[in-house]
Amino acid sequence: MDLTLKIWRQKNATSKGKFVTYKVTGISPNSSFLEMMDILNEGLVVKGEDPVAFDHDCREGICGACSMYINGRPHGPDKAITTCQLHMRKFKDGDTIVIEPWRARPFPVLKDLIVDRTAFDKIIQAGGYISVNTGGIPDANAIPIPRASAELSMDAAACIGCGACVAACKNASAMLFVSAKVSQFALLPQGKPEAAERVQAMVAEMDRLGFGNCTNTGACEAECPKEISISNIARMNREFLSAKVGAQIPKEQAGGF
Amino acid sequence: MALKYSSITKKIIMALAGLFLISFLIVHLSINLLILKNDGREAFNLAAHFMVTNPLIQAMQWVLFGGFIIHILVGTVLQIQNWMARPTRYKVEGYSHTSFFSKFMIHTGAIILAFLVLHLINFFFRAKFGEMPEIMIGDKQYEDMGLLVIEKFKSLPYVLMYIFWLLFLGFHLDHAFHSALQSLGLNHNKYTPAAFGLSRALAILIAGGFILIPLIIYIS
Ligand code: HEM
Ligand code: SF4
Ligand code: FES
Repeated sequence: MDLTLKIWRQKNATSKGKFVTYKVTGISPNSSFLEMMDILNEGLVVKGEDPVAFDHDCREGICGACSMYINGRPHGPDKAITTCQLHMRKFKDGDTIVIEPWRARPFPVLKDLIVDRTAFDKIIQAGGYISVNTGGIPDANAIPIPRASAELSMDAAACIGCGACVAACKNASAMLFVSAKVSQFALLPQGKPEAAERVQAMVAEMDRLGFGNCTNTGACEAECPKEISISNIARMNREFLSAKVGAQIPKEQAGGF
Repeated sequence: MALKYSSITKKIIMALAGLFLISFLIVHLSINLLILKNDGREAFNLAAHFMVTNPLIQAMQWVLFGGFIIHILVGTVLQIQNWMARPTRYKVEGYSHTSFFSKFMIHTGAIILAFLVLHLINFFFRAKFGEMPEIMIGDKQYEDMGLLVIEKFKSLPYVLMYIFWLLFLGFHLDHAFHSALQSLGLNHNKYTPAAFGLSRALAILIAGGFILIPLIIYIS
């Protein structure tokens, strides 16, 4: 396959950046998208040019590093996959492929296609955990958990923090990510004691970092590689509302609406 | 104030105000449809008279104004924050399979607002403060609101303008009802698909119902 690539090149976080057009030839339809990028970069290195910087790690769809906005879609033209799981057979010989970094104010571009996703870590630090003392392994059946809750919690916990939801959303909203993290704990007994504080703290941090608001458009759900459902966003809104109006929180800890 | 509220609180306010506005539209439409009744505008004028004289309705009128103002202000704040969250746009805009009209709520909302002002000048302020024709129903004299409406809708540009406006109201409503439920945290694998259908049905029935009125008056 011969392809034309239009790739966002940006030296560093402060430089302006622009699209640069490259040609790649003889790409196998069976190679993955990242292998195609590797072939491009080998060519650039041989020519003495700076290779295109992009994030990647596991290359099997579990780390969430491979952020690329390909032809108008995060992770490119396929459902429920990451960029590293995308194959070149999804494209046609002679295609032009436009590759951009995630675009969101809280995800500043560091270099080329790499963005800084520390904002997600900050949201997790605000409440995406449970406080327990470590020690011996607890008995698996000590706390009964309804099967449906366990299933829904595991579905939410499938989120790999890739940021495709933010990239796809017209508002650069992080609601799908945050709602997945809120839900995975809120559904389980171990997460319940801190549920009210957690949802308030994580939402406050999400807002503070400058992510947009949800318009219930559903682009996040359509592009999420782990098919996280926006029913999690509804659950987060319920959790948030009941925390604000009903939770027994000391006055000094309760924030405003 | 709206700036300090969290994203979710703002959405909940937006949803409650929006649902209230939908309930108002249904009442408004039910009354308007009376004008199509072939009774010399009697039922319509009586209903209009009731609406401008009943103290409860008069009180609700202020709640309605408040609802509109809150919906518009909070909607504008949300939208500005949303634009600010993506300072650099994509070269290739999103292809994601999504609810189409949800992407244009601020635009359809702005069109509704622009025509709303005109609409209030045409009918509301005329009825409240302007000169009104009179009509005898039984042995009592009433203001002939119906005549005002029929006169307006005899002009083709007016009819077309109203239809244009109401189409955009329909577009706004298509993403209104189900979205408000989702904002309020009401999502269920059995009922949410029905809420989508109901949302579209409301959009078609409300916008379609309002469109029928100028259309039928103009044709007959
Ligand atoms: C009778 C007229 C109107 C009705 C029935 C109505 C109803 C609704 C409803 C139910 C929603 C969904 C709320 C949610 O997602 O939680 C909505 C959203 C919205 N409306 Fe309206 N609306 C009306 C007029 C307006 C006007 C005049 C504006 C002017 C700016 C406006 C701007 C918006 C915006 C920007 C949103 C999306 C907010 C977001 O999610 O980001 N609406 N509307
Ligand atoms: S919700 Fe989906 S798209 Fe968003 S960060 Fe998690 S895995 Fe990625
Ligand atoms: S590189 Fe790990 S998910 Fe793609």
